[in-house]
Amino acid sequence: MIKIEINKKLHGANGGMDLSVRLDILQGDFVALTGQSGSGKTTLLRILAGLESSSGTISVEGEVWQDSKTSLIPQKRKIGFVFQDYALFDNMSVEQNLLYVQKDRALAYKLLELTQLNQLKDRMPSTLSGGQKQRVSLCRAMMNRPQLLLMDEPLSALDPTMRTKLQHEILALHKEFGTTTIMVSHDPSEIYRLAQRVVVLHGGKIINDGTPKDILLKTSGSAKFSFEGELLDIVKVDVIHLAIIAIGQQLVEVVVSDDEAKTLEIGQSVSVSTKAFTPRLKGL
Amino acid sequence: MFEMLDGLEFGPFLLSFKLAVITTLILFVISLPLAWYLSQTHSKMKPFWESLTALPIVLPPSVLGFYILVALSQNSPIGAFFEDVLGIKLVFNFTGLVVASCFYSLPFMVQPLQSGFESINKNMLEASYIAGKGKIETIRKVALPNIKPALMSAIIVTFAHTVGEFGVVLMVGGSIPDETKVASVAIYEFVEVMDYTKAHIYSAIMVIISFLVLLSVYIFNGKQKKIGF
Repeated sequence: MIKIEINKKLHGANGGMDLSVRLDILQGDFVALTGQSGSGKTTLLRILAGLESSSGTISVEGEVWQDSKTSLIPQKRKIGFVFQDYALFDNMSVEQNLLYVQKDRALAYKLLELTQLNQLKDRMPSTLSGGQKQRVSLCRAMMNRPQLLLMDEPLSALDPTMRTKLQHEILALHKEFGTTTIMVSHDPSEIYRLAQRVVVLHGGKIINDGTPKDILLKTSGSAKFSFEGELLDIVKVDVIHLAIIAIGQQLVEVVVSDDEAKTLEIGQSVSVSTKAFTPRLKGL
Repeated sequence: MFEMLDGLEFGPFLLSFKLAVITTLILFVISLPLAWYLSQTHSKMKPFWESLTALPIVLPPSVLGFYILVALSQNSPIGAFFEDVLGIKLVFNFTGLVVASCFYSLPFMVQPLQSGFESINKNMLEASYIAGKGKIETIRKVALPNIKPALMSAIIVTFAHTVGEFGVVLMVGGSIPDETKVASVAIYEFVEVMDYTKAHIYSAIMVIISFLVLLSVYIFNGKQKKIGF
């Protein structure tokens, strides 16, 4: 269990703001942190990492990281941090970036294997694509087998295809290492795919906390006629099937028949449209 | 043409380079923590320290030389301490020149290093801390290798600037052959006694060396940029 109870005065773009967060996270959970920019998401991550000071307490599995008297320095907290801009060590090769954290070649090779980077292990960061860089950054963060993995919009700079690919890798690593993960994200389909819990911050306070389905699904109909989206999930509810589809930045639920459910494949692109019962007139 | 080089004293040049090498080494050691501190601090004292560090750039060398002379002479507590307790005389000898040069060239080492450190992506340094590495290891293995051009500029410009100093050296060291008579002082003396030929040769050598030094810096930095640092 990770217990967080922190306060910090922030001087943001919209004037002063109190970041005040109370949060208990179960070990092994994948939590998505979302909310408008300037709501304090990144600051919360940085406080957890020990990169910024705050008042209050943080304890992880009974170990106190911060209380009124002490605050562990980042070096002493068992965390991995994935930055939005990768922040790789430019002077080191891919492999050296990993080994810098921990001289554990076996682990480094395993991580490079998992993320299909083994061919690139001797390349310098400046020769890699964005997606490759973020993979290296992810591997590097796992090198000290973190208790807590913190990710600050890790995929927001990448194109959709690369994003989907990396989402799977993030999930695979999260499960493989059994870490507790907190990820800042704005992308509902990403959150739905990865997280078990969504925490919504607004003005430094938690305004919503629940499962991705409860928080992200906006079922109150849409007025548009036809959309293209990505099929995220098909859930069987009693006798019907509900398809959950990501359309743009929204998630929608559509009822599908048994036969339709069989032909659809999770992850595929689908179009969602409605048929309106309008009488059609035709001249004779 | 080369017969005019006969009988030419190279002592002043050797002295200039010896002074520059020692000054650069000492300043590198002193400036590294200072530049790092200035690049990372949010203290209200930062402008104060920055101004103090930059002072030798704007002060006339004679002013700087005068104060250093006063501070290091036996009549001042500092000079007296060094002479009485440590047995080191600090004026009108080579040691005094090194001390004075360190003051004079300080900003030329600190400023490039500081702006180099400031240009590093903060997240990169934080990633190193999170990886469990302390400040010293982070500076050595992450910060310095990523600011090679700034590092090169700092070292070379400090070296070149020390070779080229005149006012401070003259004030603190005088012109004692093989002790404090560096190349720039020697040129001044040739002009004073109207030996223009030797002044020409010495000056030309200084111009060529300085140009080559700067050229090497620019070529090195150009290559570094191409590599992608």
